[in-house]
This record gives sequence, structure tokens and C-alpha cells, in this order.
Amino acid sequence: MSDTTSRSGVSPGAPRPEHTDAPVPAGTASPPSEPVRRRARAAPGIRTHLPSSPWLFLAPGLLIVGGFSLYPFLSTVVNSFTDARTLTEGQFVGGTNYQELVHDAMFWTGLRNSLLYVLGVVPPLVILPLLLAILVQRHLPGIAFFRAAFYTPVVASVVVVGLIWVWLLDDRGLINALLEAVGVGTVGFLSDPWLLLLSAMAVTVWKGLGYYMIIYLAALANVPRELHEACAVDGAGAVRRFLTVTVPAVRSTMVLVAALSSVSAFKVFSEVYLMAGPTGGPGGEDTTLVMLVQQVGTGLSGRVGYASALSVVVFVITLGLMLLVLRANRKKEDEA
Amino acid sequence: MRGEVKQERRERRMPRWRLLLRYLLLLAVLAVTIGPFLWQLSTSLKGAGEDIYRYPPSLIPRHLTFGNYADVAEIIPVWDFALNSLKVAAANVLTNCVGAALAGYALARMRFTGRKTALVVFVMAMLVPVESIMIAQFVTMRELQLNNTLIGVLLPACIGAMNVMLMRNAFAGVPYEIEQAAFVDGANAWQRFVRIALPSVKGTLAVVAIFAFMGAWDDFLWPLIVLSDQSKFTLTIGLNFLHGTFADNQRLVAAGTVIAVLPLIALFACLQRYFFRGVGEGAVKG
Repeated sequence: MSDTTSRSGVSPGAPRPEHTDAPVPAGTASPPSEPVRRRARAAPGIRTHLPSSPWLFLAPGLLIVGGFSLYPFLSTVVNSFTDARTLTEGQFVGGTNYQELVHDAMFWTGLRNSLLYVLGVVPPLVILPLLLAILVQRHLPGIAFFRAAFYTPVVASVVVVGLIWVWLLDDRGLINALLEAVGVGTVGFLSDPWLLLLSAMAVTVWKGLGYYMIIYLAALANVPRELHEACAVDGAGAVRRFLTVTVPAVRSTMVLVAALSSVSAFKVFSEVYLMAGPTGGPGGEDTTLVMLVQQVGTGLSGRVGYASALSVVVFVITLGLMLLVLRANRKKEDEA
Repeated sequence: MRGEVKQERRERRMPRWRLLLRYLLLLAVLAVTIGPFLWQLSTSLKGAGEDIYRYPPSLIPRHLTFGNYADVAEIIPVWDFALNSLKVAAANVLTNCVGAALAGYALARMRFTGRKTALVVFVMAMLVPVESIMIAQFVTMRELQLNNTLIGVLLPACIGAMNVMLMRNAFAGVPYEIEQAAFVDGANAWQRFVRIALPSVKGTLAVVAIFAFMGAWDDFLWPLIVLSDQSKFTLTIGLNFLHGTFADNQRLVAAGTVIAVLPLIALFACLQRYFFRGVGEGAVKG
């Protein structure tokens, strides 16, 4: 993300020409004398385009992002203080929605499940894809096929993935048939609320492996081979080299993966919705926070105000999770 | 020259048993990642006379049939759903590639007052989780009278802030000298964008295209909220509907899922070279 600054900025040796350059009107072809070229690279003063061009380039993006992300965000915050419904404008009701939320048992169930999801899904998603990336890193014959194949669950729609696993985990499904064969007996993966949540987590991990594997692959490509070789010469085994060379080298990527996966785990919807049903299993035991937002806020009688308050909670916790992970990383770096 | 290459290969070669172990591991992971899809495919091909709950389970159908596919298409309009999905996905690819490339180019290559502000707008949009604004988006769509339309499904994600940032990074990574030369030769911003900058970021553009297609084709939550009329359903919503209606006929559900996932896997298999290269170029970096 910080690429631009280093690219467009002047190299450390060259003095930065500040405001000394006269603006060159766009389209004027002047001979490229050396100082002019250097200034063009330094950019700030020279205009190589019409003043309106950047805004024409940006207009579609700003319009969509502003209209369908930032405006809805602001109206979510505003709505959370009203009693708006799908078809009626709301009246300002102060913090009533938030008060109600605190006393809503479903809210606590949803919050619990969403947080459990983070705890259950993030550690395997930080570690397993790294091991997978190491496995497919070497250029062996056929490795491209394996990489693409490992990525397939990422490509498939979450609905397809959900339905596939519902069939596999069914009481009469493949996995129970195998468990039956080894004498364990039928396990109610989809009927017990706790097991169902665990099964959904397993599916999320399974679907996410390939995605994070790719991120790790990009990071591993930047680890110098020499480090491994030097370490090997010193007699370190594979495990030792993994811990002393690979892990420290990709630690910032591990933090990125932790941040990304915890944010998406907290917002889980589809896996649980598909496996437990729209209402989150019997008694809503398996409802997650986002499922609750969808249940409460949509439909003709949707309680937009209350759903907005729930949404604000989702947003705040998401942001909090991200900051928490990033901060943990900074602390570690300070110690190092 | 050739001898040198060979020499290097020999140095890097690992012992045979470790190579074998590596391939065994690769195959084990392959079974875990691909196996469930194969099982689904197998179920979809099993005839009505065959017990799909039989033990021991068999991956190869005894009575191979494509009848389940015909049945699924008869019961729910799978092909109409697929067409709806295709329309949304294709439009999403187009709008994302064009919109994100334009905005990314302006952010990376143009200097103007307000650039920082524009950047902040995109970063903030990236930080806002879709899930926490979907109710407000739903209300906005109602006000625009776009609820229950495919345009309504498409609009919120048609230019992703994330894609804008990806394109911005890609443009920033391209050496500026050629563009300068073009500028000196009198090329305007548009010409430099189309003829010089865009061709240099094909890899990232491919990544954006694939992500945009997958995102639209796979999306479940937003279409579920926007669409209510069965004739407008996308494939994912249609499948969920199929699952709800025919939970006890697993063969039909399996056939439906295969229809939904095969085109995407085929597309990905064709594009994966560009995809992995594009990602490797540093599109996804912390």
C-alpha cells in the first residue's frame, strides 16, 4: 500500500524541487531537458493533465462507493437511534434500541456464537494455510495443478459448499457411514447445536484454506533462500528452520491473515444459515450476529432501527478486532 | 550453459523418499479439498434405483444417469437462474475493471488537490463491513425502487473499494518513464491511461476480473435480501430454495450444486495461470 510514496517521491539523493516549477499546460510538448524530467518524476507541481481529468476518472468510483457504502454507513448510525421500519420513517428514540439490545437474549446468543466463531476459526486459518503454502511452494512437476485444486473450495459458492457439507455430514451421509464403519456410531453433526457450530467452523476453515495459502505464497516468495541454506548448513532440521527462518520472515503476513480471518469469521452468515436453517437451529441456538441483523431488519415489517443498532455493534467489534490484532503485532515488533 | 542448469537442478533435488512423502501429502490434501466435490458429482449421477445411503459408500455410480439434471431443470428454472447469475457477474466484471482502473489510475498517477481526500473515501469504504450496512442499503434500494431487480443486486458492489486500491498499487508499481515520454510526445491523460498504463497492469486486472466474477456469482447474503420474486433469483438463491423444497431428494440437490459450481471451476481452471501470476506480482501483499 505504501508503494506510491516511494515511487513518486524523489530518490533520497536528489533535492526535492519545491514549488519552483512553473506549471506546464497539458499537451505542451517541451523538449525533455534533464531538470524538467526530474521534476516530472517528482510530480507535485507539474500538471500533465487537465484539472478536471482526475475527477472524471474518479467519478464512477466515488459515486458508487459514496452512495452505497459511506452514505448507508451514516444512515445506519442515524437509524440506530430511531424506530424506523422498512416502510415507515423513524422517530428519534435516543438510545432505546441499544437498551433493548442489552436485554435481548438473542443478541447475546448471536454475539457469543460470532465470537466463538473467531476463536474456533482463526488459529487453524493462520497455521494450516502456511503449512499448505510451504507444501506447494517448490516447483515440482504438477505443482500448478495442486495449487489450483487446493484453491477450488475458495472458488465455489458458499451455498454450494454448504450444501455439499450438509450432505457429507448428514446422519446418513458419507462421514457418518465411515464413522459407523470404524465403530464410532452416528454423530449428529447437524442436530446438536454445539456440534453444528463446530461443523460450520470446520467448513469455514476448509473453504478458506486456499485463499490464505495464496497470501502466504506471495510472502514466502520474498524469503531469501540463502537464509534457509545457511541454516541447513548449520545443521538445523526442517522443523527448526520453519520456526527460526520461515515464521519470523512471514510474521507480518500471519498478522494480516489473523486480522482478515477474524474479521470475516466474526461476520459469518452463510455457513451457519445454510447448515442450521434461517432461524439458526432450534430455539435460535446457533444464530450469529449477522443472521440476527438479517432476520430483524428485512422483510416488509423489518425493524430497521433495531437492526441498525445491531449493525453498529457488528461494525464496532469488527473494527476492534482488527485494531486488537494489529496492536498485538506492534507490541511484538517492539520487543524484538 | 546446459550443464550449469543441470548442476543447479541436482543441487536443489531432494532425496527420493522426501519427494515421495511430499507427493503423498499433496495427494492427501487433494483428497480433502476436491473429494467433497467429487462425492457430490457422484451423488448427482446416481440413478433412482441406486441406494445413495448404501454402505460401503461407492464413488462410482452403479447406474450412471443424467436424469437428475433433467429433473432439476424441470422442477426449478435452473437455467434462468444461471442466466441471471451470469448477467450480474458479467456486468460486475465490466464495471469493476473499468471503474477501479479509472479511479486507481487517477489516485496513482495524477496530482491534484483533493487526492488525499479521495483516497480516504476509498479506504474508509474498504473498512466498512458490507454486513453492517446491508439494512441501510436495502432501504436505499427500496427508495430507488430497485428492490427485487438484478440492477439492485449489482449496484452496491459494482465498483469495489478494494479493487480500486489494488489497481492503484498496480499502477504505482509501473515505471513512470514511458508515460513521461508519451506526455512529452503530446499524449493526453486518457491516451496514456489506455495505451500505456492499462497494458502494463493486465495481471492485476485479471485478478480483479476473477474476483469480481466470483464475488457476484457466489454472493448469497445480498441477493437473499434484495430479491423476493422467484423469476429474478440468482443461482445461489435458487439453490437454497431447492434445498429447502427437496431436502429429501439429495440427488436433485447434488445435481443443482454441480450446475452451479462447474462453470466457475471451468472458468477458474482456464484463468488460473493469469490469476496466480497476477497475485504473485504482489497484488496481495500486507
